[in-house]
Amino acid sequence: MRIVVDYDLCESNAICMQIAPDVFEVRDDDFLYVLNDAPDEDRRAAMDEAAQRCPKQAIKVED
Amino acid sequence: MRSSVTIVGASLAGLRAAETLRRDGFDGTISLIGDEPHVPYDRPPLSKQFLSGDWEADRLALSPPERITGLDLDLRLGQRATGLDVCSHTIEVEGTAEGYDGLLIATGARCRTIRGTEGIDGVYTLRNLDDGLAIRAALRDSPRRVVVVGAGFIGAEVAATAVGYGVPVTMVEALPAPLGRVLGDTVGSVVAELHVDHGVDLRCGVGVEEICGTDSVESVRLSDGAVVETDLVVVGIGVVPNTEWLEDSGLTIDNGVLCDETCLAAPDVTAAGDVARWPNPRYGELMRVEHWDNAVEQGAHAARRLMQSSEEARPFSPVPWFWSDQYDRKVQLAGRARPDDEVRLVDGSFQERRFAVIYGRGGRLTAVFGMNRPRQVMQFKGLLESGASWNEALDFAEVQT
Ligand SMILES: Cc1cc2nc3c(=O)[nH]c(=O)nc-3n(C[C@H](O)[C@H](O)[C@H](O)COP(=O)(O)OP(=O)(O)OC[C@H]3O[C@@H](n4cnc5c(N)ncnc54)[C@H](O)[C@@H]3O)c2cc1C
Ligand code: SF4
Repeated sequence: MRIVVDYDLCESNAICMQIAPDVFEVRDDDFLYVLNDAPDEDRRAAMDEAAQRCPKQAIKVED
Repeated sequence: MRSSVTIVGASLAGLRAAETLRRDGFDGTISLIGDEPHVPYDRPPLSKQFLSGDWEADRLALSPPERITGLDLDLRLGQRATGLDVCSHTIEVEGTAEGYDGLLIATGARCRTIRGTEGIDGVYTLRNLDDGLAIRAALRDSPRRVVVVGAGFIGAEVAATAVGYGVPVTMVEALPAPLGRVLGDTVGSVVAELHVDHGVDLRCGVGVEEICGTDSVESVRLSDGAVVETDLVVVGIGVVPNTEWLEDSGLTIDNGVLCDETCLAAPDVTAAGDVARWPNPRYGELMRVEHWDNAVEQGAHAARRLMQSSEEARPFSPVPWFWSDQYDRKVQLAGRARPDDEVRLVDGSFQERRFAVIYGRGGRLTAVFGMNRPRQVMQFKGLLESGASWNEALDFAEVQT
């Protein structure tokens, strides 16, 4: 599984960080950093949730 | 196992419900019925990127077309549900009765209007794509002024966008400070200054007496006697849930579709999004939440509830959260603050307009509000979800800074 964020869309709402802090981090500069773009398969439900709840639909979960 | 699910309201909550059912493996028929002719689209950009002209309508889609096709829906757009009878398990669509197995109500809300303005051109509310197109066209037409009635989030976003067009803006708010009822007067006044510094003529503590004009709007008369000349008015004074079609349905309608803790409104009927009112066990009170994230979450919850027995069902107990973009600022609020809650600045400064404040009452953390502080808002949202005390929140704030 690969996590791809479209940074042109991302508005640093940080809801993804709340769902999966091991993968997404919005730092003090207000930018989103993907800490791990290939999370383990057991994180899929959280990744799907982050993709669905991102208000900008900026997160893609690719196989 | 159910054979079919009928979802009424083809917008955020309804579409996310359908997606959840498929993701969870439901392979029966899903009918998604909506009265708007458009494929499901996202509303927040209507007062932001779409209104400013940065985006066109093709960017508003809630899901890409191939993903909607992949859901294999019985998608019926431009069709209005006109009645429901929960006893006989029938719904009426455009006057024709049909049975349902499981029903999810997601008909959302519409804008409250000012009585007597129906026949006057140039007076708008903003809820759907057609409203957005009309207001955008009016803003592009170089109006001499726009009067925004209500300094809530939508009004504030419309004001900010109008400023971007170079149109003079008067914003009228009945409360002493914008959002005072949610944020208290101190934080409300920071929000007020944000508008004033961008040139908005902000009139707080006054109401609208009359919107004057014979064919099209000419002026707005305020409760303090002032008359503001204008040719464009946008009214943002809240929404009312779309429940008229549910009269005599057997459901309890009281400022929304009344549900139990699990989002069940009647056997085999659930509700979600702006139309649903339910007792959130986290707060021990009935709520109806008009935020984007709630529609997503509750849509998913209400969809799953239709597939569960009452033993399996779980309560829906979110901490409400939303964001709003105004000028170059992103504001976010999580939780439920009251104006008389204790308020503490935990990050940044009001002056920089980059800050986070927390709210507390009775020894508990109740809410967090941030301006350009998404990281901090989310951290405190986590604390809210874990039921943190006021002291725990203060300790956390100290460690962070
Ligand atoms: C301009 C604007 C900006 C916003 N910005 C933000 C923001 O920045 N942050 C945030 O958190 N939230 C924001 N929101 C709120 C958010 O968009 C709503 O909470 C969300 O749309 C609710 O989704 P819903 O599916 O419950 O209802 P709705 O989106 O209202 O959808 C209900 C659908 O049901 C249809 N319908 C109604 N009655 C019937 C019927 N009888 N038969 C068939 N169909 C019917 C309606 O036409 C509509 O398509 C904004 C809203 C607006 C209008
Ligand atoms: S939720 Fe979406 S918009 Fe927000 S920070 Fe994450 S990717 Fe960006």
